[in-house]
Formats: sequence, structure tokens, C-alpha cells
Amino acid sequence: MSDRSYLDFEQPLAELEEKIAALRERAKAEGLDVTDAIEVLEKRHEKLERDIFRNLTRWQKYQLSRHPQRPYSLDYIDRITSDFIELHGDRCSGNDQAIVGGLAYFEGHPIVVIGQQKGRNTSENLKRNFGLPHPEGYRKALRLMQLAAKFGRPVLCMVDTPGAFPGLASEQRSISEAIARNLLEMARLPVPIVVAIIGEGASGGALGIGVGDQILMLENAWYSVINPESCSLILWRNRDKRTEAAEAMKIAAEDLLALGIIDCIVPEPYGGAHRNVELAAQNLKKAVSDALAEIVKIPVENLSKLRVEKFNRMGIWEEFR
Amino acid sequence: MNWFNKLKSGIRTLVRKRMPENIWVKCERCEQIVYRKKLEQNTGICPHCKHHFRISSAEYIAAVLDVDSFEEIGREVKSADPLAFVDLQPYPDRIKEYRKRTNMDAAVLAGVGKINDVPVGIAVHEFGFMGGSLGSAEGERICRVIDRCMRDQLPLIIVCRSGGARMQESIFSLMQMAKVNAKLSQFADAGLLFISVLIDPTTAGVNASYASIGDINIAEPNALIGFTGSRITGSSVSASEMEALRQAQRAEQVLEHGFVDMIVSRDKMRSTLSQLIEMLSKNPSEVTS
Repeated sequence: MSDRSYLDFEQPLAELEEKIAALRERAKAEGLDVTDAIEVLEKRHEKLERDIFRNLTRWQKYQLSRHPQRPYSLDYIDRITSDFIELHGDRCSGNDQAIVGGLAYFEGHPIVVIGQQKGRNTSENLKRNFGLPHPEGYRKALRLMQLAAKFGRPVLCMVDTPGAFPGLASEQRSISEAIARNLLEMARLPVPIVVAIIGEGASGGALGIGVGDQILMLENAWYSVINPESCSLILWRNRDKRTEAAEAMKIAAEDLLALGIIDCIVPEPYGGAHRNVELAAQNLKKAVSDALAEIVKIPVENLSKLRVEKFNRMGIWEEFR
Repeated sequence: MNWFNKLKSGIRTLVRKRMPENIWVKCERCEQIVYRKKLEQNTGICPHCKHHFRISSAEYIAAVLDVDSFEEIGREVKSADPLAFVDLQPYPDRIKEYRKRTNMDAAVLAGVGKINDVPVGIAVHEFGFMGGSLGSAEGERICRVIDRCMRDQLPLIIVCRSGGARMQESIFSLMQMAKVNAKLSQFADAGLLFISVLIDPTTAGVNASYASIGDINIAEPNALIGFTGSRITGSSVSASEMEALRQAQRAEQVLEHGFVDMIVSRDKMRSTLSQLIEMLSKNPSEVTS
């Protein structure tokens, strides 16, 4: 995979791969037999890879969740649903392209699917605003959820955002109100909601489409109240404590499963979802399918009550009388 | 001691005698000296320039509720340290410090009381306790008041003054936004009235949850209301953009853009709340004009 892009902690792997390639080239040019040497190097590579990916720190997972080749919402929609029809606009003022949504079939059943969408290159990223939704994105999402409610379709939300857009335009149309409204309306939506955190789950921007009956999370995704860089800047008052911040905030999927915030971790292919998008999609599809199978057993009139109770349990405090 | 030093110390003594701390305060906006007692009688509004001082949650409750009508709910719920969080200082040390400073165990004071003899539920953020930030204990206290309001069919007032979600509780603080709003969905379904009062400052996680979705949203004059807190944008945004952003986050601009219903000065807050609650109550009294 020559077009693979490497993160800093993957550099030793890159170097070793380069070495192997160079050796192969030289052997070919000079007609030497280097099979044994290559075998040794490949064994070393395998071990190194295992060591690196078995013990990923939270900061390294954060990096993987932001990997430039990581699959985004549309990559999954493409693979786990069929006949996707994208619907546009919030019916108030615009069509945000950092959130996509529409109708699709999931395992033969029509659903409403909503996802936060980043761009793969500069022009795409300008269109997608780097995955930072404006209020119109959240309002479009709500409109589609209410469409789902009207016609009794389950909702799948895929969360992948570095945050809601923090700027003048989004303040003027109240990004806060848009997120807040979704939190309230999602809590009482009378159809099943499955949320999958597929990459970045940054704060209110993520939560704005993140209230549901079951919350799934990909193995290397992150989800927290703020990203580690900003947390470092605010709490440590400098930018260099991002790894400490990532650790302290417990942003990884296994943390959140242990803390009772998410319901299930979706395993990723070795080295991250981008290393085998088909497999990542297959795993996600299975998890969504299992979650939906459980939720549809619940009588519709109980969904909202259980959802409110689910979130009401979240939080830890001391209590003495 | 020479005469000059004697004079200096003399002046100091004189000044100290005449202006002991706390009797006089300087208005941070117009810089006029204000008699503290007068300020307190005036619900913390500067008599010269109408600047709204930051008063405590207990003072706010005194300013809007009937005298001695407040009964606290959720006092036993206290901030804990669910993640053993340490930044420059362990989180429990911070809690201890703010507890000492404010005599509170969480950044929300909640309970029930009366406004002109009409019972209401109320929760007020305490800015002096970690910037009024929203953590597990705060979310729980608010939810307990909402539960009480649903049980007793009371209108609910939340007075928001908060920098946002509390980072030391990480994901738990984020979830409080969903927790409170989910509870508010039941409250709304019960047909009860929720009035959100946004005072300076109401930003980030609190602004992006319950603060923005009252049946009625009321702001205090000049209050900073917005999604983006100062320390975050300060890093990546130019000074002029920042200034434009701050302008857009002033209550008057928020009103202009359609996200609060009205701006009410604090000395009129009690009568405004009272009137709104009466007009939206199940059995409003008839008014003959």
C-alpha cells in the first residue's frame, strides 16, 4: 500500500516497509536471493505492528479517528444501506453539507439515515466545512427525524465531527438553539434511534445528533466534552498537554463502555477502519442490525420513557443526607 | 519614620477607616463608586449606568422569590470526581476550594418557592462555583427540581449563568445536556411552563441545552449569550472576527436574531416572571380593563 499515509506512531512501520522495498529492489537489480532476509524483516514488521496496535494510547486512537483515509458517513451509507436517496435543506434557511441525510434501505427495511460528513480533499472539505455543521445541519437532521417519526421509520445517526461550527454566522442563527432543540426532540422521538460514533465525537456538535436508544462506537473513535487540544489549552493553559488531556478525559470507546455511556464497541480492522473499509462496514452493519433487532422489541409508546431514563442515569455524584 | 511616610500611612489609615472593604464597590462598567447596600437593595444594578453586577445564586433567588419562601431541593447531591481527574490541580482540590468560597457543594442552587404566592420550581447557576459549570451534580439537582415540578404541576424557572459543561467530568458533563433536555421533553409533554432566564454569561454546553429552549427565554441586558466561549475561539480567530462574534453574543443582538423573547432588567424580573406565569397558568384570572 504505497499510497497509505502514516501517523507519527506508525513511522517505525513505514521505515521498515521502506527497507523491505529497497531490499527487494536491489535484489531484483543485482539478481540476488534475499528471501531469508526479507522473511526476517517481515516477521519483525509483524511483531512491531502488533506491539503498536495492541497498546494504542488514547491520543493515538484520537489520531486514528482523524486519519485522512478514515471512512466517513457516506462511505458507510454506501456499504451498509441500499438505494440511498439524499434529502436536502432545513426548510428554514439553507442546506448544510456537513450533515447529510435521507432515506435508504437497511437490510431490506426503509430507514432514515443521517450522518456528519467530512471531505476527502480541499474542495470537498470546503463544501463539507471540514465536518463542522452549521445550525442548518442540525435543523435538517431534526426535520428528517420528524419525517421518520411521521412514517414510523427507524433512524440511524452517524456521528463524526470535530465540533459544531463556532463562528459568527452560526451564532447569528443560533447553533446553540439548534443543538438544544435536537436534544429535547430526539429524547421523545417515537421511533427507534441508533447512534453510531464512527470517528470524532466532539462535544455538543456530536451530541446534537447523538441521543438514541442504543449508542454504538467504533473501536478507535473518540467521544468527549471537548477535544484534547482545546482541553489542554484551557485546563493546562498550553497546547502541549494534549496527550495528558486525552488520557485524563477518558475519550476512548472502552472507557465509555465501562462508564455506561455507550452500549457496544464496534471492532475495527487491524490498524484502523481505513485499512479495510469493507470489513469496518460489515462490522458496523452487524452492530446496527443487532441494536435495531433489540429496539424494535420495545413497544413504541415506551421508547421515549426508556430513552429519558437511560440519559437520566448518566452522571456520578456524591450523596449524603 | 519621616513625615512623608507618616503622612502616607496616615492617609492609608484614613482611607481604610472611611472605606472598609465591602461597604463601597466600584462599578466595573462606569467606574463610579457605589454604596454596597444601595446596590444590594437594587438587585445588584448600578444606580449610575444600570450595569448588572454578578450576584450570587442565593441573592438571585432572594431577588425573584417571595421572602422566606425558598425550600432547597437536592442539597444532598454534591460534586464528585468520577474520573479521578487531574489537570494543573486535582479536581477534588478545586471542589474543596470552591466549596469554601461559596459554601455550596455544586454550581446550581435549586428548589421550590413562591412568586406573589404562586408556587414555582427554580434552579439558579452559581457562577462563583467553577464558573457555574454543568457537571453530574448540577444536572441531577436540576432534574430533581423538574421531577418535583411535574409531581406538583409547577412552572419551572432556570436561571442560567455558566461557562458551559465542566471539563473535569468529561463525557459525564456532556451527557448532562442530554439528561436535562430529555427530562424537559417529559416536562413539556406534561403541558407545564418552562421559563429560561439567561444572564451574563450563558455560553457553550448550557447555552446549547436547556438555556435556549424555554417556552419563554428572557435575557438580562448586555448579557453574553452564545455557543463559543472566549478561550477557544481566541486561539484560532482574528481579533476583529472575535469582536464581531462577541457583539453577536450580546443579549440585544440575540434578541435581534430571534432567540430570546425579551430583555428584562433584573429589578423587573420578579414582576415579569409573575405576570408570565399568571398569563400561562391553567386558570388565568380575568383582567377587566
